[in-house]
Amino acid sequence: MNILADLPTSSTAETTVRSVVRIVIVGHVDHGKSTLIGRLLHETGSLPEGKVDALKAVSTRRGMHFEWSFLLDALQTERDQGITLDTSQIRFRTKSRDVILIDAPGHAEFLRNMITGAAQADAALLIVDASEGVRDQTRRHGYLLYLLGIRQVAVVINKMDRVEYDEGRFHEIETEIRNHLVNLGLTPIAVIPISARHGDGVARRAESTAWYQGPNVLEALDNFSAARPDGDLALRLPVQAVYKFDDRRIIAGRVETGRITVGQTIVVLPSGKTAKVRTIEEWPAPDASHPPQAARAGQSIGITLDRELFAERGEVISIASVRPKVALSLNARVFWLHDAPLEVGQSVNVRIGTADARATVVAIENAVDPGHLETVATHRIARNHVGEIRLVLARPIVTDPYALNPRTGRLVLDIQGRIAGGGLVLSADSDAVVQAKPSNIVPVVSAISDADIIARRGHTGAILWLTGLPGAGKSTLARSIERRIFDRGGTPILLDGDTLRAGLNSDLGFSPQDRSENVRRLAEVAAHLARNGFIAIVAAISPAAADRVRAREIGKQRFHEIYVDAPQEVCERRDPNGQYRQARAGAINGFTGVGAPYEPPTAPDLRIDTDRLDVKGSTRAIEKFLETTGVLRQGSAPAAADFDL
Amino acid sequence: MDRLDEIEAQSIFIFREAFARLKRLALLWSLGKDSNVMIWLARKAFFGHVPFPVLHVDTGKKFPEMYTFRDRYAREWGLDLLVEPCPSIEAVDPTLPPAARSAARKTEGLKLVLAKYGFDGLIAGIRRDEEPTRAKERVFSPRGLEGGWDVREQPPEFWDQFNAAPPQGAHLRVHPILHWTEADIWAYTRREGIPIIPLYLAKNGKRYRSLGDADITFPVASQAATIDEVIAELEATKVPERSGRAMDHEAEDAFERLRTSGYL
Repeated sequence: MNILADLPTSSTAETTVRSVVRIVIVGHVDHGKSTLIGRLLHETGSLPEGKVDALKAVSTRRGMHFEWSFLLDALQTERDQGITLDTSQIRFRTKSRDVILIDAPGHAEFLRNMITGAAQADAALLIVDASEGVRDQTRRHGYLLYLLGIRQVAVVINKMDRVEYDEGRFHEIETEIRNHLVNLGLTPIAVIPISARHGDGVARRAESTAWYQGPNVLEALDNFSAARPDGDLALRLPVQAVYKFDDRRIIAGRVETGRITVGQTIVVLPSGKTAKVRTIEEWPAPDASHPPQAARAGQSIGITLDRELFAERGEVISIASVRPKVALSLNARVFWLHDAPLEVGQSVNVRIGTADARATVVAIENAVDPGHLETVATHRIARNHVGEIRLVLARPIVTDPYALNPRTGRLVLDIQGRIAGGGLVLSADSDAVVQAKPSNIVPVVSAISDADIIARRGHTGAILWLTGLPGAGKSTLARSIERRIFDRGGTPILLDGDTLRAGLNSDLGFSPQDRSENVRRLAEVAAHLARNGFIAIVAAISPAAADRVRAREIGKQRFHEIYVDAPQEVCERRDPNGQYRQARAGAINGFTGVGAPYEPPTAPDLRIDTDRLDVKGSTRAIEKFLETTGVLRQGSAPAAADFDL
Repeated sequence: MDRLDEIEAQSIFIFREAFARLKRLALLWSLGKDSNVMIWLARKAFFGHVPFPVLHVDTGKKFPEMYTFRDRYAREWGLDLLVEPCPSIEAVDPTLPPAARSAARKTEGLKLVLAKYGFDGLIAGIRRDEEPTRAKERVFSPRGLEGGWDVREQPPEFWDQFNAAPPQGAHLRVHPILHWTEADIWAYTRREGIPIIPLYLAKNGKRYRSLGDADITFPVASQAATIDEVIAELEATKVPERSGRAMDHEAEDAFERLRTSGYL
């Protein structure tokens, strides 16, 4: 549906094409999504004449008070039952651009439709009812935003009128929802108190919430930007088809990331054949003196190569130096939408880009309901739940870990052609890795099973990989969680990056290659300990995303990436070992955060904001995470009062 | 890439997915501005070719200018044109309001075409911004055996992964320009120089914003005699695009009933 705002009429038709940002509104059922959409359109003068009267008539016919939701709930069943069944979209214009508002159903029954809507968004508004507070669909939607790769979020606390605009109540909900989102690696740009019904905080500052200093909803929307395909990542061009309509043999596809140029040498995977790009084809035929020379992320193109090679749909074109993985097995974090739960041993179809392959689920870990805080992890993923799975593929499929490439690192699962789930690729094992292992080494497996270990120690083996800037609090937190696990009767082992550099890794320096090798050794040692039932706590800056992906591949399901996060200014202010000062003075070269880059995790298992949480709170958050994911057995903890730091 | 480049790239991607994943495709050509843009996009996707039939389900009541346009460009663009008739009004559900009943002849015509040719995919030029039930559509939209749309049971669709396995005997609607707006259509028509039927441009203070059967389609008051003026008019208007299409307005649920039974 299209709605045009009251704007000054432009005197000329030569208006430039306006940019568009797509924003999804999510949250628990009846927390006020549709009312907020109606209010936004009303406040911006975007509703056509007569629309409000028409909605009044439709409401009256059903014996209801005025219902904004009928603006988007166009279906008869939606209007009769008063719930949104399926996602819809409506547009409005601001002075600078077009905004597409995507309405997503809040009812758990229609989570698949929420995902259909939200997956198209650049950013999200998460709405919470001030009187009801954070509910299961609030948490579930938050988690799904993370799994859908949406990283721009604002929260609105609606129906403030129902709680007398109480500041205390607002902060209570704000803290709860912030913690939930931050743990997922989502930092809301604002948490805004509003009353959509009365318009407070939507398009203007409200007297009733004079204690609130932040932006209103429209201002927050203005801070969102369109998520564009990334031209700076390495080239990934999944082949959609090869056409031979005439004498040309054109390989067609959409550039997912990076750019491609005429004359460039490319490699086609999995086959591994190489060729040079001869032309980029276009219709209508381009000016012969200026044929296109390059294409970049987002463009649907066709190319011809300098030699005939067999390529087919599902293969991926890249450059030889930065190749994607040719995976025969992979680990993924997924949401599941099918009626029957996903089980170990089940066969599914995996789709990544234009490729697909039959696959068998060989392991499921950490299957939980993201809507409930107190759920226990199981080994089957029920409908609308999430979990980590390991898949063995019937044929190789080209992918990247999500942390390295969000476009080629996401997968969809289908059952008999109907989409049943989707998620992020955490790591992929290629045949190359398998071949690299010497064949005359036969690893010996421990005689003690996971069940034996959990019975004695109260936990399974695990790797807690704490990554973050120097001064973020990794070592402090590692020591605190070590103490906590020990006090519960468990067997933690601390692997501190600096401590290991004094011995095992004393031959390594701080070049990228040496840092990478340092991380590999830490991961191998930690994985060995975890396989044998210990909780290995690794505190290491580990600045390169690729190195951490490799560590995950080594640790597999036992690996848990915990992003210890604090703004660099804060870390620098803390400067526990005086290293920032030295680095600024030029005494240390390549110090992470000063002379060397830190690549923050895009999909950590847990994020701890140490600027907001103290050591005690951070430790509790990790402990809770370990309980939720089934690493720590629940109920075996000493009382909180014993927990003294 | 500007906005038009982005939506064009997305449409080309959808066309190529449909062609790769479905066996018997046809493109529904209503001769209007939207399906003309679709044909243009198909030629971009397939480098000048339209590798499936272009189907005109003819009510026999279109404006004469539309038939002239069809015959000329089917030839010039080298289209594999199929023209199929619709049954008479007596064959249509008599409980529908009059204009909706008249429009529903096309639905019945479509059913006959599906039975005759066994298409598993029909490419249609509907857009989300036209009308609220279309705003709830999928890009690949499964239809039942009778061609109906089950709005309660739409499958999930995300990350450009489409459900392309219709049950035996059923078909999919493919919507390559679902994400376009009326203004996008005109801006793109202008940029690419795509031919249009002159009824869209104002004559004697009136023009058609949307074209259908001559007896149930009405012009709007307008001075926009060029595409530039049409675009300027759309910047300012508050009148909905389909206000001149009688079958949309006879009852609150008239258009939804048409659509769930298989109308576009």
